[in-house]
Amino acid sequence: MERIQVVAIAASLLFLASVMMQIMKGKLREEYALVWMLSTCGLIVFSFWRSGLELLGQAFGVFAPLNLIFAGAIMAILIYLLHLSVAVSKLHYQNRVLSQELVLLREKLERKERTRVQEPIESAGEEPLLAPDGNDRG
Amino acid sequence: MNRQPRIAVVIPAYNEEASIASVVNAVNGITGQQALLTPVVVNDCSRDATRQIIATLPCIALNLPINLGIGGAVQTGIKYALDNGFDYAVQTDADGQHPPEFITVLLRELEKNDWDVAIGSRFINKQGFQSTFLRRAGIRYLQWLLKLITGCTISDPTSGMRLMNRKAMEVLYWCYPDEYPEAEAVIIYHRNGLKFGEVPVQMNERKGGTSSIQGLHTIYYMFKVTIAVVFTYLRR
Repeated sequence: MERIQVVAIAASLLFLASVMMQIMKGKLREEYALVWMLSTCGLIVFSFWRSGLELLGQAFGVFAPLNLIFAGAIMAILIYLLHLSVAVSKLHYQNRVLSQELVLLREKLERKERTRVQEPIESAGEEPLLAPDGNDRG
Repeated sequence: MNRQPRIAVVIPAYNEEASIASVVNAVNGITGQQALLTPVVVNDCSRDATRQIIATLPCIALNLPINLGIGGAVQTGIKYALDNGFDYAVQTDADGQHPPEFITVLLRELEKNDWDVAIGSRFINKQGFQSTFLRRAGIRYLQWLLKLITGCTISDPTSGMRLMNRKAMEVLYWCYPDEYPEAEAVIIYHRNGLKFGEVPVQMNERKGGTSSIQGLHTIYYMFKVTIAVVFTYLRR
């Protein structure tokens, strides 16, 4: 086994271990982790099986088999980045809806509190949560 | 409709401490004729004293916990108006560019023509503040783009002064662009079969604050709006 293989295998294993650690700690969602684990496994396989890389390189018509790894990795990164942009856009939208709901609820609550301060005695015995719906503003 | 229609005057405010009070007072000053106006200030997480100022003003104060941008702020006001039974919502600027007296003019034209949205336009009668040369060139480009896509001529596609009925509010409740929403919103009206038209209004130069569209932002703005307009149109 050549020295570069040892380095590649060690680095890949370390990467795999850190991905697993992140899942265990609950910091990384499984669907993202899957992509990382699969690509790391691919790297480990080809670190052991170097002739396999040459075989694949010939099949794709690549001169230096290593370029196949680079091309594949860059492609995977691009796809993954696009996926992340989509995920961020979705989060952006959800964030907006949530903060709008929050601000509208807060306004409603503050309005209810104001009306309760104004008429404290009559409504004292009632269930406060069953107050009439605030659809018409006082 | 015999009773007075209730109109929510949505005022998106981001760092507008200098002018917000006079805008709210101007809106409150014209209550009591054809319509009942309620100023709804949407404070888009301002870093100045806007929040403290609007708390003391006779208006509905909605303080967003995070900055959503002008579109998200306007949409918040529309949601408020819809949830609270308002008949109409009108969007105005917090920097004093839109004289609120025109709200009743917009309402009259909307009812007369049976529109869902009435857009205030600076460029029909060419009165009042007419914006700078470069801005007008950009506006001309947007006119052309909207004409190409919708077939309608909108003389003032960037006008932020818009009165809408509940039908239009319900459409915008679910989809409203974040940034620079005006031109894109026209496509949304068109796609959802809303009837809209323009009403001549006068606008003033801004009293305080700065435009959100300056320098390199202009290029970004044109690019973003073009993409948004075309893709909003293509979206199924």
